[in-house]
Amino acid sequence: MTDAVKTEIRSFIVENFLFGDTDRPLDDDMSLIENDVVDSTGILELVSFLEERYGIAVADADIVPANLDSIARIAAYVAHKAPGEQRLAG
Amino acid sequence: MRVEDMLRRSAAAVPDKTALVCDGTRLSHGELDALSDRLAAGLAARGLRPGDRVVVLMENVWEAAVAVFGILKAGGVFCPVNPSAPEDSLRFVLDNTRPHAVLTQARFAARCGRAAPLIAAARATAALPEGTTPLEDLLSPSGDAAPAVGDRADLAMIIHTSGSTGVAKGAMMTHANMVFATCTIGAYLENSADDVVLSALPLSFTYGLYQLLVAVHAGATLVLHKSFAFPTEVLETARREGVTGLPLVPTMAAVLLKMKDLRPGPVPTLRYITNAAAALPSSHIEGLTALFPGVKLYSMYGLTECARATFLAPEEIGRRPGSVGKALPGTEFLIIDDSGHQVAPGETGELVIQGPHVMQGYWQDEAATRAALRPVQGRSGTWLHTGDLFCTDDEGYLHFVGRKDDMLKVRGEKVAPRQVEAVLHACPGVAEAVVVGRPDLVSGHVLHAVIVRSSPTLGERDVLRHCARALPDVMVPKSVEFRDELPKTASGKVARRLVA
Repeated sequence: MTDAVKTEIRSFIVENFLFGDTDRPLDDDMSLIENDVVDSTGILELVSFLEERYGIAVADADIVPANLDSIARIAAYVAHKAPGEQRLAG
Repeated sequence: MRVEDMLRRSAAAVPDKTALVCDGTRLSHGELDALSDRLAAGLAARGLRPGDRVVVLMENVWEAAVAVFGILKAGGVFCPVNPSAPEDSLRFVLDNTRPHAVLTQARFAARCGRAAPLIAAARATAALPEGTTPLEDLLSPSGDAAPAVGDRADLAMIIHTSGSTGVAKGAMMTHANMVFATCTIGAYLENSADDVVLSALPLSFTYGLYQLLVAVHAGATLVLHKSFAFPTEVLETARREGVTGLPLVPTMAAVLLKMKDLRPGPVPTLRYITNAAAALPSSHIEGLTALFPGVKLYSMYGLTECARATFLAPEEIGRRPGSVGKALPGTEFLIIDDSGHQVAPGETGELVIQGPHVMQGYWQDEAATRAALRPVQGRSGTWLHTGDLFCTDDEGYLHFVGRKDDMLKVRGEKVAPRQVEAVLHACPGVAEAVVVGRPDLVSGHVLHAVIVRSSPTLGERDVLRHCARALPDVMVPKSVEFRDELPKTASGKVARRLVA
């Protein structure tokens, strides 16, 4: 399921922060903050998206680079928080 | 006293006290002084002469602090540029200041091309572009402390700010300007060597830079963070370092107040919070007061041309939450109407400022300088015309009303709608465009673009993508609306006020 989550998160980021610009390199492991893809208000939007889409509650303590600063980390975090997540195909 | 003398004094008074904490690196006042001496020697050895400009293109890294003091010790003038600035802004600063050197980080070295005789880049992990020197080479031990150069009337910094027409202007600050502002800010914040200030504001902006200068002046400690995106981390650092001062912009306050699990008093050592760059909404003031009980909250107002202009004493904020206080001690303000006459108390007019903190003018821009620094009828000397509209209450406290021009503040940064419109006009499929600000609790303002299409297939996403490629984040509109026509004035110009 992580791959499906990765794809969804990638499209959310491309759509909302890069406005569909797929020319910009965006590796799974690239730091979103260091590379100016997401800023502090962007993190708030990202958290809202994760909470709504995956039905998880993101605690303040979870809003850290280890969980949210790359597509791979976000996908791993979602997999950890919502292991039974089955709605991805829909 | 020159700016670098503040560091020399703190290095003599508290040599072993930590001056800077950044990314796991800790530099004492003595070490910061010694490193900047080495950089000064390295720059002088590579041909830097007094008065030469040096562009500093760096994030919040410790090398940026060394760069500022090293350049000044060599008699140079530093010109800070935020690495998140778009290419044409960087190009403008390089063309405008014709620097002798650019000091940067390896990741930005390619952006500097051959813009200066010396390009030095820190933190290289791979080969640097041809002709680029590792900054570390300029920091090799030189033996002697840098000799004193110049005096307090010399230029210390040229810092660029966006103008309403979209053309950047380089505000020229002397050592005397900057030392006055530093000492005055440090005095009203009651800074001492016991203070530990945590700043996520970019050193390339006045508000961020003065965190460094004030900390050095006080013999205090500055803890630098690169971003406020992860507030839990910021607060953890604050607790670990025993932070006493926390400078914020309203967006950072909003990020803190959006935290769900935070209990009051998350940083027990915190003594004060400051706000500047944009007005703090009263809901933020209430939220911060509840979250940080007993912590002094300073509401301040400043602009690049004088660093800081006013502050509100913290004990007043409950009584007049909308005010940014009064002029800094040792400076004066007036509120004038369009014909240059002082307005009556309570009436709205343009804020003009006079004092030792006011810039010397804009670098090689006579017309802009004449427009900003002008006499006021019946008063002596020239006054900085801020372009900001204010009124005073019956006790003389200042309240921000709006801008005289169309400039907006987005996340604390000045945005010229006309600059965004110029980019929109270059977007294929756009016939006409106008950009207006809409109030937003997190960002202060967000930009809304209203467009008349020449191509019916043009969509919101196309427009935003076009903007994101050409503009920094804060200048990219949040929303786009398509209309058949835009409201015009009698002379045929688009009427921005009617669009909003």
